Amino acid sequence: MWFDDTRLFRQMDPWREVRRLQHDIGQVLEGNLGSLLGGGYPPMNVFRNDEGLTVDVEVPGVSPEDLDVSVHRRTLTIKGQRATEEPAENELFHRRERGTGSFVRTVELPYDVDSDKVSASYRYGILRLELPRAEADKPRKITVKGA
Amino acid sequence: MKIQGSPETAPTERTSEQPVLTPLVDIIERETALYLVADMPGVDESTLDIRVERNVLSLTGRVVTSAPEGREPLRTEFGGGEYARSFTLSNEIDQTGIEATLRDGVLHLTLPKAKEAKPRRIEVKAG
Repeated sequence: MWFDDTRLFRQMDPWREVRRLQHDIGQVLEGNLGSLLGGGYPPMNVFRNDEGLTVDVEVPGVSPEDLDVSVHRRTLTIKGQRATEEPAENELFHRRERGTGSFVRTVELPYDVDSDKVSASYRYGILRLELPRAEADKPRKITVKGA
Repeated sequence: MKIQGSPETAPTERTSEQPVLTPLVDIIERETALYLVADMPGVDESTLDIRVERNVLSLTGRVVTSAPEGREPLRTEFGGGEYARSFTLSNEIDQTGIEATLRDGVLHLTLPKAKEAKPRRIEVKAG
């Protein structure tokens, strides 16, 4: 009695692991180390159009004085800290899940931004950054003159 | 904000179209009360619901922040959804005295201990 082995092999793609390795290496080469490692802290969402970027950073319970945002060309760095409360003498932690302490994260942006025109707002624990694109990095439309 | 108490109804689990997120919490016991602190970024008071039913404290909050108009997502590491978590309260807690504040995406709950649970000093009368 023969077992039909061909069905087994049809579901296994021998190139799948190779493709995945290629993708992961590509991510590292593009500078997306953060996504390869599964992201970093704090979590960020990046939105874009040709005019500028919006970056949302999830940092609940951090006061604006404890946040440091710096932008240079196409690198964005967020630094900050959330105060660690050590339990007092007559206190007891039944559960301690929330992270505290300092954090720093750097992400690469798809294009240069104008660091003079960055604006930030903090609401509901989410820091929203508006990063307009640097003029020098905007695509130039080239008109083709007819003969 | 309103805290609802309804001893007759049993707690039910609701279905949701959005992802359900679990907020991380710290629970600290101090002399006269328990403090529960929960991270719920993106939630504001209007979508926060705190209720106690049959000794179960339920916290739910829907994320109100949304994507900016006219821009495409390039990287998405957190999203919308609903935070939900429940805790069973012991008899130690005075349920009528629970207070809550929400600030910068962090919920602070104060759960005072019932008077009987507080240590009571007993005076010894000289005989």
